[in-house]
Amino acid sequence: MTPPTDRPSDTPVSYRAAAPGATIVTPLDSLYALYDRRSGLTQLVAQPVPAILSALAEGVATPGELQARLERDFAVEGEAGALAARLDELVALGLIERL
Amino acid sequence: MRHGTALRIGPASFRIASDWRAPIALLDRLYADYPRPEAGFADFTVRLEAKRPWRRWLRPSIHLGGDYMLPDALPLSLAHGLLAAEMGMNLQMALGWRRQLLLHASAVEKDGRALVMTGESGSGKSTLAAMLGERGWRLLGDEFTLLDLDRPGVRGFPRMVSLKNEAIAAMAGEVAGERFGPLLRDTPKGAIRHLVPRRDAIARMDEGALPAVLLYPRFGHAAAVRPLQKSENFMRLTQASTNYVALGERGYAALTRFVDTVPAFGVDYASGAEGLATVERLWAEHGR
Repeated sequence: MTPPTDRPSDTPVSYRAAAPGATIVTPLDSLYALYDRRSGLTQLVAQPVPAILSALAEGVATPGELQARLERDFAVEGEAGALAARLDELVALGLIERL
Repeated sequence: MRHGTALRIGPASFRIASDWRAPIALLDRLYADYPRPEAGFADFTVRLEAKRPWRRWLRPSIHLGGDYMLPDALPLSLAHGLLAAEMGMNLQMALGWRRQLLLHASAVEKDGRALVMTGESGSGKSTLAAMLGERGWRLLGDEFTLLDLDRPGVRGFPRMVSLKNEAIAAMAGEVAGERFGPLLRDTPKGAIRHLVPRRDAIARMDEGALPAVLLYPRFGHAAAVRPLQKSENFMRLTQASTNYVALGERGYAALTRFVDTVPAFGVDYASGAEGLATVERLWAEHGR
């Protein structure tokens, strides 16, 4: 992973999903079980996390591009700050990568 | 070790070795109807050892040993040798079993379908299972229920039922004396008395069942029934399993399938009779 400080200031942050098949997402009710095959860890997550993971599986995206995919495919709307917070959490859980 | 025996409970077989004869003689009497391990092979070994050589004679105290051990397992007095053997077998299962997902739950069977009950120690899951086991249900187990990994079934682990405190008198009123072990007073969990399951539960121990209803009983509360959401149920069952993490993706698949197909209810009850009535009612509504 490239440290953020090495990135030119005009290049926006982008995110990459885990390799296809690295995680299993199982809808339970309002929550989803998520199994990470790489770590063996299980998480319980709520929307918009499964939607973010699915939208990011299309390919590397900046937060703006991701927001557009979410609004197009999942009718997920929200402010940029909330999406950034979710992305930070997913990076911390090792479920997505910050480039 | 100069004394020993071997027995099989459901899919798991045990060899129990002891520095003393008494606990082995007691195990041989109480587990007389249980099968022996095939070809003498045992999955686990439990050792009841003298803590120091001379303690075999002087105030004997048992040190529990085995393939899988907790480092701080307390020595027990020789009078509690049976309890030490039972604890040792439970520990081997909890820490070492990998062939099924192990749930800390009791279970009973009727018409090929299983009622599973999980909860904390003191919830009454063991007593309810013991009572149902005398009322037309087949006892699958009072402590562990084994969830198949590759198909939607459960298997029993019908070891002796461990009755505690008030449950001892409740069961003594309805079961013949020869099916009981000795009364063990002042154990770390209070008074304990072991109950041998009915003969048909032992003879049919290898017959699994399809799980149909899951209950979370809580003894000592005003009567109430609450359906559990799948997500809460899933989270609580990961905590009720001792080998969920070790089984990895196979455990995840088995547990999500179980949660998706088996309705779950929290059941509060104030008396044994009330608990039994609620269980039978929920079974009539959801168990078929």
